[in-house]
Amino acid sequence: MTASVTEEIEVTAEDHRLARLAALAVSLMWVDAALPSPLPGVKPGLANIVTLLVLRRYGFATAAWVSGLRVVAGSLLFGSFLTPGFMLSVSGASASLLVLWLAQALPEKWFGAVSLSVLAAFFHIGAQLAVVALWWMPSVNLMPSTPVFAAAAWIGGVANGLLAERLLAKEYHAATA
Amino acid sequence: MVARSEVMSGLLYGVRSGDWFTAGLGAVLVLALAWHYWQPGAGERLLVKRGGNVFLETSLARDRDVTVNGPLGVTRIEVRNHRARVISDPGPRQLCVREGWISRSGQAAICLPNQVSVEVVGKAGGYDSLSY
Repeated sequence: MTASVTEEIEVTAEDHRLARLAALAVSLMWVDAALPSPLPGVKPGLANIVTLLVLRRYGFATAAWVSGLRVVAGSLLFGSFLTPGFMLSVSGASASLLVLWLAQALPEKWFGAVSLSVLAAFFHIGAQLAVVALWWMPSVNLMPSTPVFAAAAWIGGVANGLLAERLLAKEYHAATA
Repeated sequence: MVARSEVMSGLLYGVRSGDWFTAGLGAVLVLALAWHYWQPGAGERLLVKRGGNVFLETSLARDRDVTVNGPLGVTRIEVRNHRARVISDPGPRQLCVREGWISRSGQAAICLPNQVSVEVVGKAGGYDSLSY
């Protein structure tokens, strides 16, 4: 992310790649928003598939950039920048990235995209619930609703992980064919 | 556990042993949360009566100590961890103290000599049969 401010911002191939991947993630956010949700706040989180693919393909730093850009650009498109919803996105994405960073230590031989996706999903909803419980509604006991959110995270995490695994393999087959 | 080189087919393509472990752990977490927070039949509220009149109605979710003054003296009740019990009572036979922890809807500890009763009631507050 080096840019010279004197003349013109130099755009590297890496920047283009980041922008392309973030745009892909943002478009998946739109798909997410268009899908009917059984519960307010429960979404499949399809954009996280992009984060997983980028993590495995380009490494953690790129994944963090794509995730961050996705949250900011997405919020600008949805008109939610700096709103409470945006705070939830930021906290969820940050917690996901944190656990993904830690989960890199897991041996890839045994732990595939499903593991990463499930971990990320649980941390995502966990951070969001923590923000709501500790910051927004400290007087409301959210705990009885946690099983529902956890179940939604599990389903979304597994589904996204299976999809990401397929896409990674497809990429792998295409590259080696 | 499908090998990476295998033909791309099946829903579980590419899932490895550790993935089963992670997903299993997640499922256990979901079930544990549901079990803990949605315990079936667990009482919601505690009804303490003195001399047949409601002395106190409180949530079992909130830990607290209650002291009730009866004709014989003080009956001490404690609420801990969604359960309640009579810690001490001046009655001669200590039946309500020996009742131990009560947590299910309909369970009760009755200290008859001191005219104090402790009853767990459900969400709807089913006043079943409790009379002296």
